[in-house]
Amino acid sequence: MSTFSLSDVATGEAERGSALAGKLREAAPGLAAALAWAAFGASCLVREDVGDWSRTTDLAISAFVIAALILVAGVAASHLGRVGAAVRKRSPWLIALGVFLSLWELATAKFAWLPLPFFPPPQAIIEVYTDDLPKLLDSVFASVKLQLGGYVIGASIGFVTGVSIGWSTRIGYWVHPVLRFIGPVPATAWLPIAFFTFPTSWSASTFLIALATGFPVTVLTWSGVASVSSAYYDVARTLGAKPSFLVLRVAIPAALPHVFVGLFMGLGASFAVLVIAEMIGVKAGLGWYLQWAQGWAAYANMYAALLVMSLLCSGAITLLFKTRDRVLVWQKGVVKW
Amino acid sequence: MVAAAISDAVKAQFPGAAIDIAHVDHAFDIDGAELKVLDDVSLIVEPGEFVALLGPSGCGKSTLLRLIAGLDRPRSGSLREDDIGIKGPHPSRVVVFQDPTLFPWRTVWDNVALGLEAQGILKKQRHRVDAALDLVGLTDFRNAYPHQLSGGMAQRVALARALVNDPKVLVLDEPLGKLDSLTRIAMQAELVALWQRKGFTTLLVTHDVEEALVLANRVIVLSDRPARIKADILVDRPYPRHRGDPHLADLRRQILGLLGLEATW
Repeated sequence: MSTFSLSDVATGEAERGSALAGKLREAAPGLAAALAWAAFGASCLVREDVGDWSRTTDLAISAFVIAALILVAGVAASHLGRVGAAVRKRSPWLIALGVFLSLWELATAKFAWLPLPFFPPPQAIIEVYTDDLPKLLDSVFASVKLQLGGYVIGASIGFVTGVSIGWSTRIGYWVHPVLRFIGPVPATAWLPIAFFTFPTSWSASTFLIALATGFPVTVLTWSGVASVSSAYYDVARTLGAKPSFLVLRVAIPAALPHVFVGLFMGLGASFAVLVIAEMIGVKAGLGWYLQWAQGWAAYANMYAALLVMSLLCSGAITLLFKTRDRVLVWQKGVVKW
Repeated sequence: MVAAAISDAVKAQFPGAAIDIAHVDHAFDIDGAELKVLDDVSLIVEPGEFVALLGPSGCGKSTLLRLIAGLDRPRSGSLREDDIGIKGPHPSRVVVFQDPTLFPWRTVWDNVALGLEAQGILKKQRHRVDAALDLVGLTDFRNAYPHQLSGGMAQRVALARALVNDPKVLVLDEPLGKLDSLTRIAMQAELVALWQRKGFTTLLVTHDVEEALVLANRVIVLSDRPARIKADILVDRPYPRHRGDPHLADLRRQILGLLGLEATW
């Protein structure tokens, strides 16, 4: 906050003008973002919907509220500390989102430039979240449960297998050919067999997810253990280390950066298996919800489920990367997700 | 009688161990061809001695150290520590390598604690880690990770990691080879001080003639591969030694001659 005394006014006129211009320039992105969201709100109200959607007015009000919040945050950013800085940093994205949502609203609900019902308007998707929430939450819960179980089993078995074949040539002799034979086959190829050999579709899917996770984790753990410099073992041995110490305190920590790459790849592969397994065999989960929504031509539900799925997958990867950053804090220059 | 009494006195004073290397031959198999690296090497190191092994690059000095450390077994001949055959690595003979080879995932403190942890005695002996860090002057860096250290600091951590085990024999494989010359001179002085304070037997591999003369009681000059002992030179000068000492300069000239480099002097 600047304060002016009377004597400053005459000399400070020009300075004040330029200071004002600077302030305006600073606040401009925030103003534009607020304007974009206000435009979105206006686009909801500009004319009657071409279809029958119940949340149009609610959506418009929400958009105006968001616009107001952005406006406040943008103008008073310097007084809001971290929140203000965060909003300011994201204003270009907020502008883009507002513009995108406005165009989407106009192209679907207002003028139907995009064919209905394949391209539902934003309010239709909001409607899914408000009116079909219990079923959606059940699906999320089922998916997370299945994914988590399969992933943890696959990652654990893969890790142990990888360490074993990386460490012991005798175990490697037996496991390596099996790994080469089975590993590269996409886990989904096992789907038909898995669904009639396993007692439940849930156990079959868990197996498939574990398989999809296990292969990359095994291979990368193995290569990580195999590539540990022999100098580390020499040092540990001269200090009195026994073989168990060499495995647990030298080989495994040294291999962890590789292991995390394997865990990341396994996560991606297992998402694919999860969705396919749910679409084909399991009668629950987001994959099943997608399939069910398609059966009823409920396209808004599909987009809604897809959005939730992308948030979940991205969240899982974020969680994995955060864990890695914490565990591998000793590493320099790791990629930020 | 008198000789026995003296040797007993020496043993009481020096916790270092004697190393007895007798007729050691060693070779590597490289693509089916045998590469002989050590040829009938015999050497007795007294307890508490500081012996430098000097020889041209690639002559087999480091191989000899690996045999003494117990990391490899010789093709023939025997190596003994205090009359006990060396059959494998043991924390009484600790090696400091040319690269500090600190474990990057461990902090400085945890790196130094490695030996005690591997032997399962860390919980009761944590103060030894603190003492070793203090000895090399890195107490302030106890929580740093190796990538945050300079080359000289990393090598000091490696030294602390060795000394925390109270070794009877300290095996140094060109530990100062990659340091800049100022750090190197400072660490040579530290090394001598530690050796004098602790009294362990020290075996130092180096290809720096001056370093060998400033540090060691005895300089063993090795031939080109396969390494044979060419000369066994006593360096009978008090510490701290001065690089300009004319006696050391004479020895330096003599050793460079043995290494076939008299023309460069």
